[in-house]
Amino acid sequence: MPELRMREALREALREEMLRDDRVFLMGEDIGAYGGSYTVTRGLLDEFGPERVIDTPIAESGVVGAGIGAAINGLRPMVEIMTINFSFVAFDQIINNASKFLYMSGGQFNVPLVLRMAAGGGSQLGATHSHSLEGLYAHFPGLKVVCPSNPADAKGLLKRAFRDENPVIFIEHSALYSLKGEVPDDADYVLEFGKARVLREGTDVTIVGYGGSVHQALRSAAMLEDQEQLSAEVIDLRTLRPLDIDTVIQSVKKTNRCVVVEDDWQFGGFAGEISAQVMERAFDWLDAPVARVSGKDVPMPYNRNLEFAALPSEEDVVEAVLAML
Amino acid sequence: MTKPGDRSLYLEMLRRMLLIRKFDEAAVELAARREIVGAVHAYIGEEAVAVGACAALNDDDYITGNHRSHGHPIAKGASVDRAMAELFGKRTGYCKGKGGSMHLADFSVGILGEAGILGSALPVAVGAALASKLRKETKVSMPFFGDGASNEGACHESMNLAAIWKLPVVFVCENNQYAIVKNVRDLVAVQHIADRAAAYDMPGVTVDGQDVLAVYEAVGAAVARARAGQGPSLVECVTYRYFDHAEGMGRLLTEPYRDADEVEKWRQRDPIAIHRAWLLDGGYATAEELDAIEKDAAAAIEAALEFARTSPEPDPSELFDGLYTNPIAADRY
Repeated sequence: MPELRMREALREALREEMLRDDRVFLMGEDIGAYGGSYTVTRGLLDEFGPERVIDTPIAESGVVGAGIGAAINGLRPMVEIMTINFSFVAFDQIINNASKFLYMSGGQFNVPLVLRMAAGGGSQLGATHSHSLEGLYAHFPGLKVVCPSNPADAKGLLKRAFRDENPVIFIEHSALYSLKGEVPDDADYVLEFGKARVLREGTDVTIVGYGGSVHQALRSAAMLEDQEQLSAEVIDLRTLRPLDIDTVIQSVKKTNRCVVVEDDWQFGGFAGEISAQVMERAFDWLDAPVARVSGKDVPMPYNRNLEFAALPSEEDVVEAVLAML
Repeated sequence: MTKPGDRSLYLEMLRRMLLIRKFDEAAVELAARREIVGAVHAYIGEEAVAVGACAALNDDDYITGNHRSHGHPIAKGASVDRAMAELFGKRTGYCKGKGGSMHLADFSVGILGEAGILGSALPVAVGAALASKLRKETKVSMPFFGDGASNEGACHESMNLAAIWKLPVVFVCENNQYAIVKNVRDLVAVQHIADRAAAYDMPGVTVDGQDVLAVYEAVGAAVARARAGQGPSLVECVTYRYFDHAEGMGRLLTEPYRDADEVEKWRQRDPIAIHRAWLLDGGYATAEELDAIEKDAAAAIEAALEFARTSPEPDPSELFDGLYTNPIAADRY
């Protein structure tokens, strides 16, 4: 199996889907001639031409809305929002139109739109450019929310997104674009939505993550084993909507402890949703309250030390696990 | 230009304006006595805009509406029965009772939805035009929006996108002169909203929105231009909202903000009366024939009310229907 970086795996998915389905086209800021801010779309303009790889103005509301209009009318657009931070500008289109058109029209028209965006902090870009909004988008019925943690999943899930009849928010953690991994080169390699994956089996605690936080979960599991002789099970949710809570519940019934790790703010965040569902469905199996290891409740500071303090770390996860023993 | 051979079109324009008028008169009354709830934004006084503009479109062209949009589906040829049923929230409504007054949509006649949020539907209309162009079709997109929405960022982003990509879009601005209770003069910097077209290097014209034929001709020229691949246009139709911003909202929005004289002056330029007089003057029809059209329109709305009232309510078991096209069991999220 070839080894690819995540950006290359995403590019392969886009390319294969464009070859498979001529209704697929791409729109976004600098995705054509420049190849995309994270070079995901490099080379696609040359291969597919300017009608299928469209450079747009910096006008997120207009462009996302145009994607919705094209999707309603039989095409399969992918709109790249350079980073998730700019999706606030398109929020009305995503929430009031993309997520609601099918329901609000009594099932008359659906919006098969793929919205890709880079997310996450850790790059000293300051408060307006460091958001993790996976949980925010997962809040809205009508959307599907995907957050891959590795190149193979990125490819298989993005290919799946183009085959969905509903709007899909596809969130890529910016720290993962250069991550390498083995990626199937089979054109029929497509992953299902709503299937979490157990990345590491364990017996003492279940650590749940998605996107970038999966890697903190894995590192903290290794630390727990090396330093504390504890066996942690690590679950990668892969999609937040639909959510595979069954895999989490099954694991918690085995380990009796659960920690959820996410970059997003804790207050009202997605870790709270997981915690509530675990409490509702596995209360009697829990030996300790579900712990949340999340971003601190402040706008992201610019200074390196402060930013580090604001983001969750593997040490935080280890500490949370030790506190529940 | 108007031609004697278009008699049936001119009569149809009158019929559709009357249908809209009587539909919304009924809606206002229903809201007043709380037979339907939620806000009703009456289109009364503005009928010539929707009817004149839609008369210039083909059946498979696209339109988008806004919060004040009972008139647009009717102008585009939608059934008043199903539109009225939607106002009642009934299962037989266009949106099965899930859309309501501000979200009437009939995809079968090219309506891509109405937006309760000002300016929200314009980018969607632009996207439909983009799809049309990419698929080498000649379908035209026509978003209807007001003077209020013309100040929204989404409106300007849409005009710029349509212009740089030379898309078949005809932007129809219904300048009814009030954004809720504030006059357009205080809210828009340029003299005419059509002047804004210059910023996007597209034609912009201002027409009398009370004259259905003036709207038809101006929009028709813009549609021809769009269909020929020459890009978008902006047509500003100057019109007037007879009623307040919304009915059914209690005393919230009824403080005086405009003179009774002003309202009366505009009522003297009623679009239906103007068109009726034109039809009579031109010898297109007799007064009896026009009375018969009006009577038929009234009967159609009575029948729509009967249809809506006797239609079934949606069942609570339908709550999750249409949330996703491939439904996920509710307990999965």
